[in-house]
Amino acid sequence: MNSKKQSPLKQLMGIRGMGAALTAFVGLVIIYIAFGLINPAVFSGQNVLNLLRSMSKYLLIGIAQSYVLITGNIDLSIGTMVGMSAMISATMMTHGTNPLLAVLVALVSCLAVGVVNGYLVGKFKLPPFIATLGTMFVTRGIAYMVNNNRNTDAIATGIGKEAGDKFQEIFYYGKTFGIYNTFWIAIIVFIVFFFILSKTRTGRHIYAIGSNIDAAKLSGVNVVGTTTKAYLVSSICSWLVGLILCAQAGMGNMEAGNMYEMYGVAAGVIGGVSPLGGTGILLGTLAGAAVWQTLENGLNMIGAQVGIQRLVIGVIVVGAVLLDVVVRSGQFGKKKSK
Amino acid sequence: MPTWEGKGDEMNEVIVSMNNISKSFPGVKALDRVHFELRAGEVMALLGENGAGKSTLMKILSGVYTRDEGTMEIFGKEYGDLTPKQAQHAGVAIIHQELNMCRHLSVAENMFLGREIRGKVALNNARMEEEARRILDDLKIDINPRQTVGDLPVSKQQMVEIAKALSINAKILIMDEPTSSLTAREIEDLFRIIRKLKSEGCGIVYISHRLEELAHIVDRVTIMRDGQYITDGKFSDMTMDQIIANMVGREIKEKFPRVECLKGKKVFEVKNLNAGKMVKDVSFSVYEGEIVGFAGLMGAGRTETTRAIFGVDQKESGKIYVDGKEVKINCPMDAIKNGVVLAPEDRKKDGLCTKLSIRQNLALPNLDWVCNKLGVVNSRKEEALCEKAVRDLRIKTPNVEIDSGNLSGGNQQKVVVGKWLARDSRVVIFDEPTRGIDVGAKVEIYNLMNELKKQGIAVVFVSSEMPEVMGIADRIIVMCDGRITGEVMARETTQSEILTLATTFEDKKIKSN
Repeated sequence: MNSKKQSPLKQLMGIRGMGAALTAFVGLVIIYIAFGLINPAVFSGQNVLNLLRSMSKYLLIGIAQSYVLITGNIDLSIGTMVGMSAMISATMMTHGTNPLLAVLVALVSCLAVGVVNGYLVGKFKLPPFIATLGTMFVTRGIAYMVNNNRNTDAIATGIGKEAGDKFQEIFYYGKTFGIYNTFWIAIIVFIVFFFILSKTRTGRHIYAIGSNIDAAKLSGVNVVGTTTKAYLVSSICSWLVGLILCAQAGMGNMEAGNMYEMYGVAAGVIGGVSPLGGTGILLGTLAGAAVWQTLENGLNMIGAQVGIQRLVIGVIVVGAVLLDVVVRSGQFGKKKSK
Repeated sequence: MPTWEGKGDEMNEVIVSMNNISKSFPGVKALDRVHFELRAGEVMALLGENGAGKSTLMKILSGVYTRDEGTMEIFGKEYGDLTPKQAQHAGVAIIHQELNMCRHLSVAENMFLGREIRGKVALNNARMEEEARRILDDLKIDINPRQTVGDLPVSKQQMVEIAKALSINAKILIMDEPTSSLTAREIEDLFRIIRKLKSEGCGIVYISHRLEELAHIVDRVTIMRDGQYITDGKFSDMTMDQIIANMVGREIKEKFPRVECLKGKKVFEVKNLNAGKMVKDVSFSVYEGEIVGFAGLMGAGRTETTRAIFGVDQKESGKIYVDGKEVKINCPMDAIKNGVVLAPEDRKKDGLCTKLSIRQNLALPNLDWVCNKLGVVNSRKEEALCEKAVRDLRIKTPNVEIDSGNLSGGNQQKVVVGKWLARDSRVVIFDEPTRGIDVGAKVEIYNLMNELKKQGIAVVFVSSEMPEVMGIADRIIVMCDGRITGEVMARETTQSEILTLATTFEDKKIKSN
């Protein structure tokens, strides 16, 4: 009775969360064209490349936070994990450690934070805001401690100019098929985690515990395991962003990733991920990250100051959610049906 | 405000009159030119299956939804787009099935929420408490206004809601399934209050699926089906069969269809289970080809027993056997792996992910075989599973992508039950599977249990409604205060025997010894 063939567009719109994601994409196009009309340089090839690269960081952070938000939790330690990842890998490299090893140590550290987050929230039922507030301070503390409360020197001083340049190229300055590697990294990560969230058992469990944790548990979902997995996704993405920032600067900055957890919330929320859990898709997060970066880039290109940029983004975040709430409560329909 | 002198006859003034009310939601016509009339001093039962549009109609009357078409008069005044505030002002109050109380606030604070009495600077708590006490005393309800609402039993919370409605001079009281979680005594109490309100001239709209209780309280009935008005009239002029036939649009031959099976070997056994205060030394077994009912009063420990068996709550001691083999169940995952499944009591809280689609809900516990080895969902398998569940259980829905939270209660329950049927389970525990669902859906759930019974699956059926346990189960285990107090054969027992067992409290027994 329900297997009637539907038109592809209808099928697409039938996917839950697609509406909000597409709205964000439409917004993206409008914003982009609007800025382009003011300053045609927005359309230039180099600007598009830069835009894609800067967007990538926010996409990764958005994926990190979206996974956790969909489980109905939040991860405040994302930004500090970014800092920790950058500092650990940079410090080790300045001491001449093999870059691969340095990067792996950073990964393990981030995963450890994810496991702690997952257990504090999933097993010991700490409010996620508190649990990750704690790990946020701890990880920032570690980021400071690894190099004795100083930023690191250039990584090339330890591993040599050649290896240093290579590292910077892989994560930030190099191009593949004409587009910066950073973008490819983010897109591959996006595809993998998009697939996991939408097509696998783990993904289903993530939605289920975010929608109704009791019902999920009674359906045999491993709540601790699933919560931890979501936090681990957050760790992996944060780790990568840490490496990207390290490559960008060519050194480790103790304050790297400051406030990124909130940027992650913003990217997700603009794209329709509900902070209450259970709803949202990563396509929305992609749109959200793109909207944000296009705004920041566009405002830059028309010469707006940082203050204005922040202000506009604040308005956009609230506006996107407000729009969603208004549309969903059917208040538009109410007025029309007079 | 004038006072209404109820005389109990039908010459009373019409206080609500709704004509040709229509309302559509995206894709659904929820109401189609519905008529509804309520008089002062009467209890009007609004009857219909789940999804018939009763709740939608009442939400329009209370201003939660606006109607698309039709006219509506309350106390002779016409309202177009009624807002909740206007409805409240006009004297309409609704007591929801799921109570709307701030659990952490006191009784008085809840009653005066939003219209607190203030002194010169701060709140005048003393006056609010005094006022609350006056209203509660007036209704002869024994509740301390200072008590925290969350600490009260559901029945008392409901009375606080009624008291709150009266404190804002409600003259039209809508009660949605008010007795669904009350015990027999509490229902008596509620009826006493309803009769009192009636004698004071209130008009009461009473929505309930428990048809047997209507005779005690109802004056007139309005019957709806599929969003349409079917008929109304005096309750005393109708037979129960007529009412049911009008509700479901077809004759239901048997309210409790029972199938006979040969009793086979022992499938499930629980030995000396202890868990917390509510499960004390519980032992029982279930055989192939039988349904074992669990009867008892509210709070007898039946739900707690099912939760302990299923591994939701911690067990202190006890052994569980499936097909003669001992199984260790420490969490629901263990239970499911060993073929023991539970359709829980509270579907909104424990049964459904309301924000997810029907498809996702149905697949959730079955992802182990819907997915391949890598954990990737096989959508063809999933679709087949959903199609089968929708067909077998007759879940009424245009497609399986709809949010399960948007389904009517009966269909939600079918999803909760349906997600367990795709598996080869050995033991299926149903905890109050028919609460708050209509006659037609109830029979479908019974048939389903019978089907499982025929397949040799052990069925455990927890229910607070005596007639259905006696009608469906083969053997009935009665619990009281966390202990099993007796076991009877359904066909040889009487309601009074079960009730006696259900009230055999431990201290009483000690006294008689």
